[in-house]
Amino acid sequence: MIRLEKRPSPSRFWATATPILAVIATMIAGGIMFALLGKDPLEAIRTIFWDPLFHETFGPYSRPQLLVKAGPLILIAIGLSLGFRAGIWNIGAEGQYIVGAICGAGVGLAFYPTDSVLLFPAMVLAGALGGWAWAMIPGLLKVKFGTNEILVSLMLVYVAESMLASASQGLLRNPEGMGFPGSRNFKEFPAGHNAEIFTNSGMHWGVVAAFIAVIFAYVLLTRHMLGFQVRLTGEAPRAAKFAGVKPARLILFSLGVSGALAGMAGMFEVTGPAGQVSIDFNSGYGFTAIIVAFLGRLNPIGILLAGLLMALTYIGGELAQLMLGLPGAAIQMFQGMLLFFLLAMDVLSNYRVRWLRKEVTS
Amino acid sequence: MADALLTLDGLRKAYPGVVANDDVSFTIKPGEVHALLGENGAGKSTLVKMIYGLVKPDQGAMVLNGVPFTPANPAAARAAGVAMVFQHFSLFDALNVAENIALGMDNPPHPRELSQRIRDVSNAYGLPLDPDRTVGDLSAGERQRVEIIRCLLQDPKLLIMDEPTSVLTPQEVEILFTTLRKLTAEGTAILYISHKLEEIRALCEHATILRLGQVVDTCDPREKSARELAEMMVGSTLHVPSRAELAPGEVILSVDGLSLKSATEFGTNLHDIHLEVRAGEVLGIGGVAGNGQDELLGALSGEALAPGAITLKGEAIGHLGPNPRRSRGLLTAPEERLGHAAAPDMSLTENALLTGSVRKHLTEKGFLKWGAAEAFALRIIEAFDVRTPGPDNAARSLSGGNLQKFVIGREILQNPDVLAVNQPTWGVDASAAADIRQALLDLAHHGAAVIVISQDLDELMEVADRFTALNEGRLADPVPTRGLTVEDIGLMMGGISGDMTDDTAEGAA
Repeated sequence: MIRLEKRPSPSRFWATATPILAVIATMIAGGIMFALLGKDPLEAIRTIFWDPLFHETFGPYSRPQLLVKAGPLILIAIGLSLGFRAGIWNIGAEGQYIVGAICGAGVGLAFYPTDSVLLFPAMVLAGALGGWAWAMIPGLLKVKFGTNEILVSLMLVYVAESMLASASQGLLRNPEGMGFPGSRNFKEFPAGHNAEIFTNSGMHWGVVAAFIAVIFAYVLLTRHMLGFQVRLTGEAPRAAKFAGVKPARLILFSLGVSGALAGMAGMFEVTGPAGQVSIDFNSGYGFTAIIVAFLGRLNPIGILLAGLLMALTYIGGELAQLMLGLPGAAIQMFQGMLLFFLLAMDVLSNYRVRWLRKEVTS
Repeated sequence: MADALLTLDGLRKAYPGVVANDDVSFTIKPGEVHALLGENGAGKSTLVKMIYGLVKPDQGAMVLNGVPFTPANPAAARAAGVAMVFQHFSLFDALNVAENIALGMDNPPHPRELSQRIRDVSNAYGLPLDPDRTVGDLSAGERQRVEIIRCLLQDPKLLIMDEPTSVLTPQEVEILFTTLRKLTAEGTAILYISHKLEEIRALCEHATILRLGQVVDTCDPREKSARELAEMMVGSTLHVPSRAELAPGEVILSVDGLSLKSATEFGTNLHDIHLEVRAGEVLGIGGVAGNGQDELLGALSGEALAPGAITLKGEAIGHLGPNPRRSRGLLTAPEERLGHAAAPDMSLTENALLTGSVRKHLTEKGFLKWGAAEAFALRIIEAFDVRTPGPDNAARSLSGGNLQKFVIGREILQNPDVLAVNQPTWGVDASAAADIRQALLDLAHHGAAVIVISQDLDELMEVADRFTALNEGRLADPVPTRGLTVEDIGLMMGGISGDMTDDTAEGAA
């Protein structure tokens, strides 16, 4: 018999150890799945976790990709984690990401073909504002009418996707693109291009922003009253009210920050790695960032590591599809397992497992 | 004994550290309404749980209709003809009335047949109820009807009702009483638990009074006045210590015409509350739980705003939130320690920060001074003898008494001008309780005004200079504790002020 016993205090050791255990469990369960698919499990796992970084031929190509993919994930997940900590569930980062991209790119394209150095900062600001405004819709509705932010923010993702389709086929379409959907390519527009800072490093301004966000969130949560209020609201809402936290302000703050960061991520992506506003430039970063936020236990440093790990499984997953012919769905399952095991192992930090012998009940 | 429906003989139930019931014996006859009277913690709930099969007695026996009665669980009790309506309803909001009733039955009939039976029973007993309505749309009184009809469908011989009128309007109480009288006319016995003395006088033929788990008296409530019943319930053992009389200082806090709608569905609305506290004075507010204590504390703490109704040292503060009130000197400590006064999973340092940040200057330009916060937590732990390995431990790892000492200490060490506490020693062991009371008295002695809301009358007699009571969200006029008789206290708690006659009392049926 297994029995769970609540710990008097959450265990710090297990809070750190569970993500590692979850990764190991994912490798084992994933390996079994790959074996059932008729692939060599060890080779598949090596392809996913090892080859993207150290393979002789693929390494030089995929190493920069690590930062390119991790940057937006971390930037979005940091914003989400602030809300999640306070029990405010912004599920619509994908929508805020898209709107931020449209706004940021829109400002850039409006001034084409300027070469002012002020353009790029203005685009960053516009991207952040766009994401912020999109997140304010569920925020204000929740504060004013008590609507559920999970549903509203999620549904606004589909609205944003329609706006993206419309923008890339209409308003932002490249006038010299011979009628093809999609905007001008920012790679041919230096003032608005989010270029790599060091060649072939994958490091662009979005990655820099992500690192700054990690530091900002870390300081906020550990050293600032606002971060304390965020944590307090998540852990004990009644105590937070007693401590003078204004729930409405906190809702707007955390939704606003997560929206602005997601919007910035979208703007950096569309003007950098993606290059242009197109119908499908967004690749689900806004949703994957939710996994990253939880995988990192809503802790800024954890999110940094989780974002890198997630990016690795993305790149490695693509590589495995290419090299071993694994189906894409198998890679997604593999990523799903990671979240599943992490949440399941979470129980260890709050509970202690006791193995009991069967006792004869009197 | 031939005409007895249920006989209890020497029932005893002990929990670790407390004897809930000891040698309880009485008899319920068919067709009578039998009242069970007693203060909170007198052992009423434990007793009815034993009859309903939720708790097994340690000693003693029960006889139902001449047959030994040892229900192993509520289903067995129901099969034997014992039904119970709980104070808190167990209904699903999303389901309709008939579905809810079917869920509680051991062998539910076909839905159409069940609906018909619900209609029949509700018409027969004057409790109009549509079986197709969704429970979420029903009023508290209608929800109670669902519970009662659920019981009546089982055709009970004994119906137990725990505080049935606490959520009802006076009109609904009248309808309920008509139904209950109809039931008793058909031979059903009712065991009726209530604190409301006038109701008991109007409805019951027999009363058993419990105090500290024991039967202390029995009577026919129709022949007694509410005053006499109150005296029996509270007992004449109240110990009133003589206290050094202080010259009353200036009025520091005054509440004037505070009316507040409760934020929660089963909360109590506050009606036109007036009170004043002076420097160096302890005001005790008694009353049975759920009569507006939480709401009053919330209005004082600033969790609920009451513009214009509260004045602190000459300044209107009713519109201010908790932290501005703290900075002006009004501190509070709510009843619920875990989750309200303290965050369970946060460390004691973080919990010290929770209310201490303003007055102890634990932040600078919004940034936290962790060192100062930890020093403050350590001072609380030392000054109030909080038993814990250190300030890094989570609040939930402390025992109730230790956490309560921490919570009260946290407020007292901030040197408040006014401190309002709700149930300061609830669930706290005797020595910790004595420490907390002493600390509150010391605080008042140093010139602060203290408001103690409590259900423990002995505690209020020990610490309070003046006494008042909350009843259904109304506050009686405070009177000096000195010279207060036991019956005065009981009557104030029952909502009857000294100058009113028993018959015009409010809230009576």
